[in-house]
Amino acid sequence: MNVIEMDGLRKEFTVRVRAGVLRREKRTVTAVDGVDLRVERGEMLGYIGPNGAGKSTTLKMLTGVLMPSAGQARVCGLRPVADRTRLALRIGVVFGQRSQLWWDLPLRESFDLLRHVYRVPAGAHAARLTRCRELLDLDAFLDTPVRQLSLGQRMRGELTAALLHGPEVLFLDEPTIGLDVVSKQAVRGFLAELGRAGDTTLVLTTHDLADIERLCRRLVVIDHGRVVHDGSIAELHRRYGSRRMVVAELDSALPEPPVLPGAPVQRVEADGRRLVFALERASVAEVVAGLAGLATLRDISIVEPDIEEVVTRLYASERKGPLLTPGV
Amino acid sequence: MEVRGALRAYRSLLGAQARSQAAYRTSFVVDLVGNLGATVFDVVTVLVIFGVTRELGGFTLRETLVVVGLSSCAFAAADLLVGNIERLPRYVRTGLFDAVLVRPLAALPQLLLMDLPLRKVSRAVFGLAVLLYALASAGIDWTPGRVALAVVAPPAGVVFFASVFVTTATVSFYWVDSGEMANSVTYGGRDFTSYPITVYGGWFRALFAYGMGFAFVSYHPALALLGRADPLGLPSWVGWASPGVAFVAATVAALAWRVGIRHYRSTGS
Repeated sequence: MNVIEMDGLRKEFTVRVRAGVLRREKRTVTAVDGVDLRVERGEMLGYIGPNGAGKSTTLKMLTGVLMPSAGQARVCGLRPVADRTRLALRIGVVFGQRSQLWWDLPLRESFDLLRHVYRVPAGAHAARLTRCRELLDLDAFLDTPVRQLSLGQRMRGELTAALLHGPEVLFLDEPTIGLDVVSKQAVRGFLAELGRAGDTTLVLTTHDLADIERLCRRLVVIDHGRVVHDGSIAELHRRYGSRRMVVAELDSALPEPPVLPGAPVQRVEADGRRLVFALERASVAEVVAGLAGLATLRDISIVEPDIEEVVTRLYASERKGPLLTPGV
Repeated sequence: MEVRGALRAYRSLLGAQARSQAAYRTSFVVDLVGNLGATVFDVVTVLVIFGVTRELGGFTLRETLVVVGLSSCAFAAADLLVGNIERLPRYVRTGLFDAVLVRPLAALPQLLLMDLPLRKVSRAVFGLAVLLYALASAGIDWTPGRVALAVVAPPAGVVFFASVFVTTATVSFYWVDSGEMANSVTYGGRDFTSYPITVYGGWFRALFAYGMGFAFVSYHPALALLGRADPLGLPSWVGWASPGVAFVAATVAALAWRVGIRHYRSTGS
């Protein structure tokens, strides 16, 4: 069953640009340009794209914050803007740079307040809070006013706040932005746990591809408001020819980088004693055989493709494509 | 059941706001006193004017005080309850507006309760005191009708000013840098209603008094309470029209808010 449906979803903004001393020109910017997507119950969907690609705008249309310019969206069978307050009871939202918490009150009080706001029975509320306290280690700062929390602590509070009413769908907009490594791990671990339970659908936008690799089997890449990839991470690698790397450690540096057919040198490190080859058409064995004839090999290692690199290449190929849309 | 749940939710939002402000207790007390300033000043201005003249636009001091009392009582209460909606651009910028929109409650009451400026209570109390003093000392010939009007006119004025606050704030849905434009209508309206409208002239009076409806906040109800004919020639029943005008204003405000919220653009990220 589909929890989220988007059909030709579109959002345009009119901006006024200075076109002279007093003259201003109206210009229409398309932030989301006809997105069709289906998300099933229990899926964990990673939504990625460069700045200004339309990720947040899409999320805001799905949560009832923004009115679509065209097309339609359904979440839990409801129309996000028209049924906003009814939908709010069934979804949880974490905006990384926004807060659902009361700045001047202890964290614990925000949770109490949200119980009244969402009209959650006391028992269910207490059970969910206990679970979040354990998994997210909240006890140390439950009585601290939110304004005094670190970003990582606050984000753990935001996650709890979004889950206390038992939402069917959790929308997360940049949940790990600005967090230190430890907090990032805590947040990812918690979300992974939530996903394993299988009854919460998770939609996550991020800059940090590690979030996606760790959490999401399905990846949607959006650029200039359009979906440019929808599938697994492995499919992304296949489609955009992401390359595995062979790292060769040599005894001594070669006078110049060797030319091996189908495996161009990507980087030369350690004064020429470490060479990194990209596997384009050649196999690992061919690279090793080719090198063995030229130098003494000390060590060989293989590096799996980096999703970051794939996505960079994906954006680049998108931009060169025929469907070029003017950027903002 | 649904309504009761929502009411309880709003009540807890109000409680949270009170506790948040209590976190800064000393500054709260200072604010409470400091906030009296502006409202007291309005009354002092009128007293000063009557120090140099016996009549203002054909009205005596005691008659004018009824106008001032109705105006400051209505404005102060509306400013306390709804005035902070002028901070809408800030709510948009800090993301509070987005946060409020993803909760299962209406957006406007949430914003008002979450940022209710309790320190403005002192102004409303002062406005009410001025009104009560004016009504007691103006030598009003109390009939049941006038008693009813004295009870209904101030809340109607509150609703009217509240509607003006909301309507002008919605401008920032379209134009975030609308700046002080809204203030010229809200605070301008307060100043306009503080005097008998006979002191103003021409198109300015026509615009504020009847174009926007400010004449129905204090001037016409005061005439009806005092039993005076309108020097500008409108019939006497106009003084009882203020609840109707307030209702129209509230309808316009509700519409403006609904349309505005659909034009809301949020901010980046």
